[in-house]
This record gives sequence, C-alpha cells and structure tokens, in this order.
Amino acid sequence: MFKGTLAVFRRELAAYFATPLATVFIVIFLFAMGAFTFYLGGFYDSGQANLGIFFSFHPWLYLFLIPAIAMRLWAEERKSGTIELLLTLPIPLSAAVIGKFLAAWVFAGIALTLTFPMWMTVNFLGNPDNGVILASYLGSWLMAGGYLAIGSAVSAGTSNQVIAFVVSVVISFLFTIAGAPLVIDALSSILPLELLNTVSSFSFLTHFNAIMAGVIDLRDLVFFGTLTIFFLYVTAVLVDLRKAG
Amino acid sequence: MAMIEIDGLAKTFGPVAAVRGVTLNVDKGEVLGFLGPNGAGKSTTMKMVTGFLVPSAGSARICGHDVQSDPLPAQTLLGYLPEGAPAYGDMTARGFLYFCAETRGLKGAAAKAAIEAAVAKTELGRVLEQPIETLSKGFKRRVGLAQAILHDPPVLIMDEPTDGLDPNQKHTVRELIREMAPTKAIIVSTHILEEVAAICTRAVIIDRGRVVADGKIDGGVIHFATKNADGSAGEVIADARDLDGVFRALTHTPVAA
Repeated sequence: MFKGTLAVFRRELAAYFATPLATVFIVIFLFAMGAFTFYLGGFYDSGQANLGIFFSFHPWLYLFLIPAIAMRLWAEERKSGTIELLLTLPIPLSAAVIGKFLAAWVFAGIALTLTFPMWMTVNFLGNPDNGVILASYLGSWLMAGGYLAIGSAVSAGTSNQVIAFVVSVVISFLFTIAGAPLVIDALSSILPLELLNTVSSFSFLTHFNAIMAGVIDLRDLVFFGTLTIFFLYVTAVLVDLRKAG
Repeated sequence: MAMIEIDGLAKTFGPVAAVRGVTLNVDKGEVLGFLGPNGAGKSTTMKMVTGFLVPSAGSARICGHDVQSDPLPAQTLLGYLPEGAPAYGDMTARGFLYFCAETRGLKGAAAKAAIEAAVAKTELGRVLEQPIETLSKGFKRRVGLAQAILHDPPVLIMDEPTDGLDPNQKHTVRELIREMAPTKAIIVSTHILEEVAAICTRAVIIDRGRVVADGKIDGGVIHFATKNADGSAGEVIADARDLDGVFRALTHTPVAA
C-alpha cells in the first residue's frame, strides 16, 4: 500500500505545480490572508504583537479556498476517464484516496508556510509568544486537512467540479459555524443543552479557537484527525460505490 | 488453466442489461478479437474483467486470481488499455510512464529499462518530454499502449487499440501485438473487421450483451460456433478477411430510444 500511496502522492503534488493552479491559488491565498488581516482585521490598529487576528480569518478563507483545491481530486479523474486507469493499476483504493489527500494537504501546507512574512512582521514589531503561533499554524493546517477531507468525499461523488465546489463549501460552512453564536443562539431555544453541546462540538471554529489560544488539547487534535479519517473513508466508499455502477 | 477465465459475467445499469452472461476462456498464445456493434457490451465486459466495474453476476479470473476478491495480484499480471486511452494530460509521456511503473513496483533502473523498452516498441521516443495533452490522437493512443505493456504482463486487454491511428500507425500496433502474441493471452476489441485476419487467432462476436459466435481462425478461415437468439447452436464458416456478412447477420446495432 505504501508504494502506491507514495506514487499517487508524488503524481498529484506535481500535478498542482504542472498547471497554473498552484501559482493562482498561492497568490490569491497570500493576498487574501494579507488583505483580511491588515484591512478587515485592523492588524496595526490592534496594537497587539500576536497573530490572533491573522489566524481568526483562516476558517473563513479555507471555507472557499480549500474546496477549490479539493474539487478536482476525484471529479477530474472521472471526467477525463483516468479513473479507469487509476483503479485498474495494482494499488489498493486506500492508497489512491490517501495519496491524493496527502498531496492536497501538503500543497495547502506549502501555501500556509508561505505566510511566514506575517510571523516575521509580528516578531519585528514586538515580542509575540512564538509557541502560540506555532500551535496556531499546526492547528490551521489540521483544520485545512478537515476541510480537504470533506472536499475529497464530495468530489468522489460527482464528475462535475463546479458541483463538487459548491457542495463542499456548503458542507464546510455547516461544520465551520456549528459552534458560532449565530447557530447556538438560534438553536438554544429548541434544543436541550446536551444536544446543543454535541452540535457545537462539531464546530471547526470552536476547536480551532481552542488551539489558537495556545492550548493544544488532545481533544481538538482528535476531533480534526477523526473527522479527516471519517471523510476519507466516505471518499473510498463513494469511489467504490461508483464501481458497482 | 486458461490465463483469462470469464464466467457468466453480467452487468445491469439500472433497467439496462449491458452484458448478459459472457463466458470465455483465453489461453496463452491466443489473440482474441472481441467484435460487436457499438453498445453490444464489449467495453463493459472489459471493464469488469480488469476490475474497474463490479459485475452484477459472474466472475473473472486473471491467471487464477479472481478480479473481485483478489484484485491486486490479478491487476499486477494485467496490462489494460482502456477505451480512449485515458492519461493524465498535464504530465509528460515520460512522467506518466514513470508513474505507472512506480505503481507497479518498478523503480530506479528497473523502471527506466521498462520505460525504454515500452517506448521503443511503441515508437514514442520523439514525444517523451511533451505534456500528453499536447500530443496527437495517435501518440496519445501509443502512450496508453506503452503503459499497458510497460511491465511485460502475461495478460493484455486492449479496448480499440488502433482507433484513431493512421494506416502506418495501425500497421505498427498490429506488428507489436503479433510479436507479443506467443507469450501472452490477449483480448483486443475492435470495430475494424480486417483487423481480425491481421492479428487474431480467434474471433468472438458479441451482440446485445451475449456471445453469439466464437471461432478459431485457421488458415484464414474461421469456424464459428454460433448461438442463435432462441438458444439453439449453429455453425458458420467464414473467411477471416471478409467478416462483414457474418457480422451483419448475427448482430444488431441498438437504436437509441
């Protein structure tokens, strides 16, 4: 399984860079990150030497940008017919699912790493807690993995990339805001507290905010890890279902 | 033991029965020409034999390995050229072949040697460093062929390998298949009836999901065992170079509803 995963991973990662997708994505990602942080977030006016404002926009940017990476994962293979080749090569389906996911995740990681001038800026301006920043970066990458896994599963269900994008955004949105006051306040009058807590515990925001506070709690890591594995499993099931015609 | 064993293979898509019980055995040294009108179920049968589609009924084995229950050993022994020769357009021909070699456990010098051999056989040398999406239809087809024969598999399944090729390229591909034939079991689907006399040792005609004729070619003559619509068996002797009449008598091209 390992050799298959590695081969698929390398091919997929190279595919991002063989097309303008990588450049376009990274430029827009960095531009949006900067614009949100400095203009919408009022980074300078906040007078704080930390990256809390910067990271607080990540879930909202990922919401649109990650489905843009994920939408091609399976839908494109189906459209171009290469899925027939991929699935008749002697590699297990899990190797294809994981290899594709890892390539997209590493690509998202590269884009995230390229935001390092933010980190340099804040270190130049003051004395931030670099431990918190590192935890936030790791948390952000984990969260990107969660969004990607959702996008992978949706992409496996369709051969239309536009549908894959739109549906991924909607599902990702639900997971993002599950814990936001908007949802919790609206549901608090109709749901009992335990159920409310369950809904809120599925929220990317809740878990990411916890990590952003600098506390790496095992529960938050387990949440993103489990969610990612679950949606990768759904991906494999959906690809397999299509084989049954 | 036959190298390809197809046993009662059937596939229904919703209400449509695409393949209704195909049984075939292909031995080493055989080149089986899989003939039939469009929509007869040729490609669907091949997709099931290669493990891409799950059959509704029946089974397929490659060198004794069941494609459904034991897919990886079966697919290791199999070279497959899918319909339309799909390939990753953003990769160069070399990159694509290297990816296929890697998934087949070949790397380093072994991968390089395998790619070189396949490239020489399919005459791809000139376009090796070009992205596949920029290649002509003929070259794309040959990239697909190179991928299928890369690991020198004992079983080869090719869905219309000469479709879209010019007469020279067709000739090259036919030569290649003839050359590989003695050591492999090969299934080739085609619409081109002349291809049968050129490369095949056996012809099978499929119509509306069923095998209607199956015969070995001997000295340019095919002795077909036929199966009529009412299930009765018959026999037809045909000239391998002139199959048109037999083909038209036995098959029906489905009319789109």
